[in-house]
Amino acid sequence: MDVANKVMEIIAREQHLDPCKVTIDSTFAELGIDSLDGVNILFALEEEFKIDIPDAVAQNMKSVRQVVDSLTRVLEGKDISDLVAIAKGETPAASN
Amino acid sequence: MRRVVVTGLGVFTSTGKDRESFFSNLLRGRSGVRRISQFDPSSLSVQIAAEISDYNPADYFDPKRLDLLDRFSQLALIAAREAVESAGLKVPEAERPRFGVVIGTGMGGAATFDVGYYNLYAKRATRLHPFTIPKIMHNAATSQICMEYGAQGPSLSTATACSSSGHALGEAFHLIKFGMADVMLAGGADAPITYGMMRCWESVRVLAAGNGNPATACRPFSADRDGLVIGEGAGILVLEELEHAKRRGAKIYAELAGYGLSSDASHMTQPTVAGPARAVRMALEEAQVSPDEVDYINAHGTGTRLNDATETRVIKEVFGERARRIAVSSTKSMHGHTMGATGAVELVATVMALERGIIPPTANYTQPDPECDLDYVPNQAREKPIRVAVSNSFAFGGLNAVLLVRKPQ
Repeated sequence: MDVANKVMEIIAREQHLDPCKVTIDSTFAELGIDSLDGVNILFALEEEFKIDIPDAVAQNMKSVRQVVDSLTRVLEGKDISDLVAIAKGETPAASN
Repeated sequence: MRRVVVTGLGVFTSTGKDRESFFSNLLRGRSGVRRISQFDPSSLSVQIAAEISDYNPADYFDPKRLDLLDRFSQLALIAAREAVESAGLKVPEAERPRFGVVIGTGMGGAATFDVGYYNLYAKRATRLHPFTIPKIMHNAATSQICMEYGAQGPSLSTATACSSSGHALGEAFHLIKFGMADVMLAGGADAPITYGMMRCWESVRVLAAGNGNPATACRPFSADRDGLVIGEGAGILVLEELEHAKRRGAKIYAELAGYGLSSDASHMTQPTVAGPARAVRMALEEAQVSPDEVDYINAHGTGTRLNDATETRVIKEVFGERARRIAVSSTKSMHGHTMGATGAVELVATVMALERGIIPPTANYTQPDPECDLDYVPNQAREKPIRVAVSNSFAFGGLNAVLLVRKPQ
């Protein structure tokens, strides 16, 4: 399953939106996703993909593309400490 | 002194999904008690409750809204909509800081608790749904109603078990009387028919048997009574300062003139006579009404051995010789014990009885009990002009709330 498509499907389902309204370029603001909706979507993604998304990363997800990028990296087991650092407003120690 | 009137009524219960069907079923003695359908009750010793049948939440709420509504908040919103509609209430933007909401609930989001703990303990989930907290909070119903109507004034929730909505209405009444608000939506809601809650109640051993014949399970004041029946529902009233109501030409159903509250300070489940009696007297004093003016009491009348005998003593203690000439009925015999909603559901019944001069009966009354020797309006509704009516709520924990209404003058 393509991660991007699954993310968009879950966002549409949880927001009760027409799936064609949700694109990879949609921002949360455009989709009417507030902070509580955001944690609901993250919960659904964690359940779907059986993963934990760190709070610091979660707080920085404001668009569909950001969600897909972060999720892809978590799923591939990549080090996401740089994302965590950015979310916390710190300068990443190194970039890879 | 500012006076407070009732200008809107809303109910959503097992005996009626709006005030007219609710009241006409009460007058006919029709019970809303039936076998539980929200889950399979087969393993319970008591498998009946006053449950709202044929209820589909999607008929009332869009899916996005529904995600954040426990059943108790749904029932509260539906009753609030009827209350607002019946009052013809449209509060202008500028007046909304003086428009508030007080909703009582005993159990809050019981179903959401149940589902969450089932997932946690039985299914070994390691995380719970993020909407759990905003759904289970006792103030969820208050906040949801505030948001629906833009009520920005004094607002809170009360949680005093079976007195929750009696206290909610009393506190809202005083917020208006003492000048902090002009219009209030007040009442209560509870949806306690969950597997977990029914097990809790079962263990207290106060529930009526009656799996074989649910409709007659609850028999308040009758010698053969054997307990209360858990119910769900909501009752919401529009309370309004008298001059405010007159200015907008609102229909005035009754004046809410007295509120009494007290604590037994005695026992968690056994009521005293003195505690409730003080609450009744306080309501009479506030309204400056003499015992001789009271024509109807909508009793707490749960149907337990202890409550009904004690409440009878309370009424005799306060009203003396007058007690035997007052019509006393328990509509819980039909709509069950709706917990945090019960004071409000019963105040709606009381106000409609006052307005129309017809008293709903105590259903399922079969035989007199020497300990319960008042006029309980057994089984048949009775036409009788009512000047003043009192509605009692006496809670587990010994916290009492009494409301007094009279004909608008």
